[in-house]
Amino acid sequence: MSVPADLKYTKSHEWVKVEGDTVTIGITDHAQSELGDIVFVDLPTVGRALGASDSFGTVESVKTVSDIYAPVGGEVVAVNETLGAQSELVNSDPYGEGWLVKMKLADAGELDGLLSAEGYEASLND
Amino acid sequence: MVEFAGFELPVQYKSIIAEAQAVRNGAGMFDVSHMARLTFRGENVLEFLEHITVNDVAALADDQGQYSMLPNATGGVVDDIIVYRITSDTYRMVVNAANHQKDLAHIKSLLLAGISLTDQTSETAMIAVQGPKAAEIVYSLTQQSEDLKALAFFGTATVEIAGVTTFAARSGYTGEDGFELICSASDASALWNALHQAGVEPCGLGSRDTLRVEAGLPLYGHELLDDLSPIAAGLGWVISKTKPFLGSEPINAARENGTTQKLQGIRMDGKRFPTPGMKVTVDGTEVGEVTSGVYSPLLETGIAFAFINSDIKLGTPCTVDIRGKHEPATIVSKRFFKRS
Repeated sequence: MSVPADLKYTKSHEWVKVEGDTVTIGITDHAQSELGDIVFVDLPTVGRALGASDSFGTVESVKTVSDIYAPVGGEVVAVNETLGAQSELVNSDPYGEGWLVKMKLADAGELDGLLSAEGYEASLND
Repeated sequence: MVEFAGFELPVQYKSIIAEAQAVRNGAGMFDVSHMARLTFRGENVLEFLEHITVNDVAALADDQGQYSMLPNATGGVVDDIIVYRITSDTYRMVVNAANHQKDLAHIKSLLLAGISLTDQTSETAMIAVQGPKAAEIVYSLTQQSEDLKALAFFGTATVEIAGVTTFAARSGYTGEDGFELICSASDASALWNALHQAGVEPCGLGSRDTLRVEAGLPLYGHELLDDLSPIAAGLGWVISKTKPFLGSEPINAARENGTTQKLQGIRMDGKRFPTPGMKVTVDGTEVGEVTSGVYSPLLETGIAFAFINSDIKLGTPCTVDIRGKHEPATIVSKRFFKRS
C-alpha cells in the first residue's frame, strides 16, 4: 500500500495535502483497495462549511457505501467534478487525479491532530 | 471474508468487476459448497417429489436435472432448488445454504414412508465453473470429455476430472455455459487447484451476485419469499401446468388472475446502483421497490430487480431514490444478459 510521506492522514483513511491555507482531501490507497471498484462519489457543493469530523459525502463501490469525513474544518472551495464521469480515478490514482475536495482551512492548528505517514501506517497494523 | 449460513466465504478474491468479466469472457469458478446437497431414495420417490416440487419431475430421464422450487401450502416459496434424477428411485436435490435447515424441516414434515433422505452437504463439496471457456478447460482435465460434451443443459455425468471423481451437471447461475461439479469434500482442494492451474479464475460472492442479476436470475430472500407468489417473480415457466402439488391451487390462481406487481429489471442511466428496499417512482408516483441491485460491468451501469406495479410497461422511464437523490433509470426486461 502506498502511503506518501508528504501527506497527513486520518484514522478513517482520508489523506490531507497542505498548501498554504488550502488543503486537498482524498481517500487513501488502503481505503480504495478495501472498498473495491468505486462507481459513484457523492461530493458536497462548493461553499459548504464543514467542521472537523463532519461527514461530507459518500463513496459507493461495488461492495459497499462508505462515508467520508472532513479531516479538518473549513469551507469547500473546489470539488473534483471529473469523478462524476470517472469515479474509477479514486481507485487508479487515489493521491492524484482521484482527489475529492479542496477546502480553505478554518484553523491551521487542527492540522496538528492529524497522523503522519508513519502514524497512519502504524494505525493500519493495529 | 463474510459469514454466510455457517460458512466463511470471500466477497472477492481480486475485484468484483474483474471476476465478473473473467466469467463473461473466459472462465471463473465459485466454491458453492455451502449449498446443501440432499439425496432421496425409495420406490415412491417420484410421487413424493411431484408433490413437494413445482416442476414436472416425471419429465426427467436418468442423468437429467431441472430448476424447480419447494412451494408451501399457501402459494409462496420455501426455496428454489435443483432436482437431478440419478435413477428411477434415486434423486438428488441442491438447495440454498441459507434455507438448509428450514428446507430439511419442511421436507421431513411431508416425507412419505419408504423414502430415505440423506444430507450429504458436509461430506461433499461443490464448485461451479462458468464462462465461455469453462467447458473447454474442464474437457482438458478429463479423459471422459466425450461424456461431458454430450450433455445438454442440466444434463449430468459422473466423470473423473483431474483425478477426482466428480458428479458434473451442465448448469450454473451466471447465464453462461459451464458445469457445477460435486465431489468428495476431501478432494475439493485438489479439484479447485487443478482448475485454477488450468486458467479458471477464482470468483467470490460479489461477482456471483453481479452475474446472476445480469442474467435475470432470482435469489431466495430477495425475489422469492415464503409469502410471495413465484408467478410475480416471473417463474411461471418453471411451474407445472398439469400436475397437482402442494400449494398448486393458489399458484394456479395467481397465474390465471395475474399479480398486482411483477418482477422487472431496472437499468440505471449512470453507474450508481440501488440496493434492496429503495423506491421506484414513475411521474412522481411510487410504483415499486428494489429487491436486488448491482453494478453491471457488462452494461457499465447500475442494474436492479424491482417488484413493479403490473400496469407499468417495459421501457417506462423511472427514477430510483438512492440516499435522497432521484437517479434516472428505465424499467426493462430483467434479462440484462443473454448468451448469444
